Amino acid sequence: MSRPFDWRHTPGFGPLTVAILVFLYAPLLVLVVYAFNASRMVTIWQGFSLQWFVAIAQNGDIRGAAENSLIIAVCATIAATLIALAGALALERGTLTFGRSLVHGMVAMPLVVPEIVVAITTLVFFSALGMHHGLLNLIIAHTVFCIPFALLPIQARLKDMGGMLEEAGRDLYASEWKLFRRITLPLLMPAIGAGAIMAFVISLDDFLISMMVSSAGSTTLPVYVYGMMRLGVTPEVNAISTVLLAISVVFVASALLLGRKRRAN
Amino acid sequence: MGRQSTLLLVAPAVLAIGVFMLIPMFIALAYSFMTADPYGGVQAPLTFDAYIQFLYQRDFDDSLVFASDYILIIVRSIYLAVATTAICLVLGLPVAWYIVCQDAERRRLLLFFITLPFWINTLIRTYCWILILRDEGLANKLLRALGVVADPLPLLYNDGSILLGLVYTFLPFMVLPIYSTLERIDPRLIEAAYDLYASRVAVFRRVIWPLAKPGALAGATLVFAPALGSFLAPDLLGGGKKLLIGSLIQMQFTSSRNWPFGAALSIAITAVILLVMVLRSWRAPQREARA
Repeated sequence: MSRPFDWRHTPGFGPLTVAILVFLYAPLLVLVVYAFNASRMVTIWQGFSLQWFVAIAQNGDIRGAAENSLIIAVCATIAATLIALAGALALERGTLTFGRSLVHGMVAMPLVVPEIVVAITTLVFFSALGMHHGLLNLIIAHTVFCIPFALLPIQARLKDMGGMLEEAGRDLYASEWKLFRRITLPLLMPAIGAGAIMAFVISLDDFLISMMVSSAGSTTLPVYVYGMMRLGVTPEVNAISTVLLAISVVFVASALLLGRKRRAN
Repeated sequence: MGRQSTLLLVAPAVLAIGVFMLIPMFIALAYSFMTADPYGGVQAPLTFDAYIQFLYQRDFDDSLVFASDYILIIVRSIYLAVATTAICLVLGLPVAWYIVCQDAERRRLLLFFITLPFWINTLIRTYCWILILRDEGLANKLLRALGVVADPLPLLYNDGSILLGLVYTFLPFMVLPIYSTLERIDPRLIEAAYDLYASRVAVFRRVIWPLAKPGALAGATLVFAPALGSFLAPDLLGGGKKLLIGSLIQMQFTSSRNWPFGAALSIAITAVILLVMVLRSWRAPQREARA
């Protein structure tokens, strides 16, 4: 039974990793199974059913909240991706000298500052300015915290690409705009797509900031679902949570596939 | 790219984050020195009341009495954040090492499964544990079916369930940075150590850990900061009865309507996190100098 010594094999680490993966995914599986349970008593299995998904689709409040979430996520994604694209170009191809680390620090801010602090400072800011524009306030707040998520893949791609192709174009007397349109942008497209999807998922999933900033008419889906959760465990909560879970998984998997395409090119 | 076009391109990002995130921080700082408006918001005069409230309570005759309520919440939050960080480190380090030791294909697959939870809604990930831990939940049902217990165990609404939720939420934040430092270790270093008859423990202590430390520190910061300000795990799994800083701040802007105190608490945790980060970057160059 004795194997030759291999330092890559540490006894126990394999089972531990499997246990951690089970720990990460089993609770999600429990949720999904319960969502398809016909019984109103969540924990007693009475057969497969889609009735709770039908019920949430027919719920006007949920539809309204989903609509708000979608509007906010689409607007914030477009704005954040454009801002991030410009910022990444400036950071990787520009002539920033001493300002570079300052810009880096600022862009990282939404990642480092705890969400609750971002949430209440944004609330305080809008109220100090007397801005009560419902959805617009939320779109602004979401755009800001989505910027780093859109920026990271684009910046990584620019770094990977190097400047060689652009140099070649420049040697052939292409204008800066033409260089961008014909060389940089097409090569960046998968990274821009990946960044946009990440921003979209982050915006769609945001709860805490939305809860503090949203007003009566601008409830987002996670904020509404949180309200349902506080009232107790119901099959409807399980179903809507499963839908949100599925959306995140599908989008992120496609973003990671785009990332893989990048490597293949 | 010219200087002007660089500035033009970087301006939107800097302005968006500067105006809507940095300036609001300073407004919050200013608010923390104002007097609470009982209808929400703040009013004159300027005062240190919000900060005094951390330690003292105003008695009926307006004298200050020491009150430990809030300081206990702060200490408990720091304790839970530190415990979360420690557990994530102990679990994350072997997992990261295991992934590094696999071939390229399996590595990619494992990394995908470790990363994915990061992108899944924290609200939903936390809610899953209610399904498992509540009195009629899966865990209690299993325990009762197996005859281990007769009455449901109170698994939910205690420090343990909060800690579980925090570790569950932030574990990926620890594995990924450790993985990226371990990945860069030259395998020849490890082989050389074993060739010199070092034990597994010695190799870990003398070769792997020193090289993994920057990643572990980065991971610790990434776990500690959001865990300290977390809202969902304490709120949903702690039942909102035993408060942590996150829920205490949120309350000041909703039910308690004490904006200056909420702002002061936010400033305080931001200061703690900045301090941790400064200590980290201050210690890092020292380590390089020694190497």
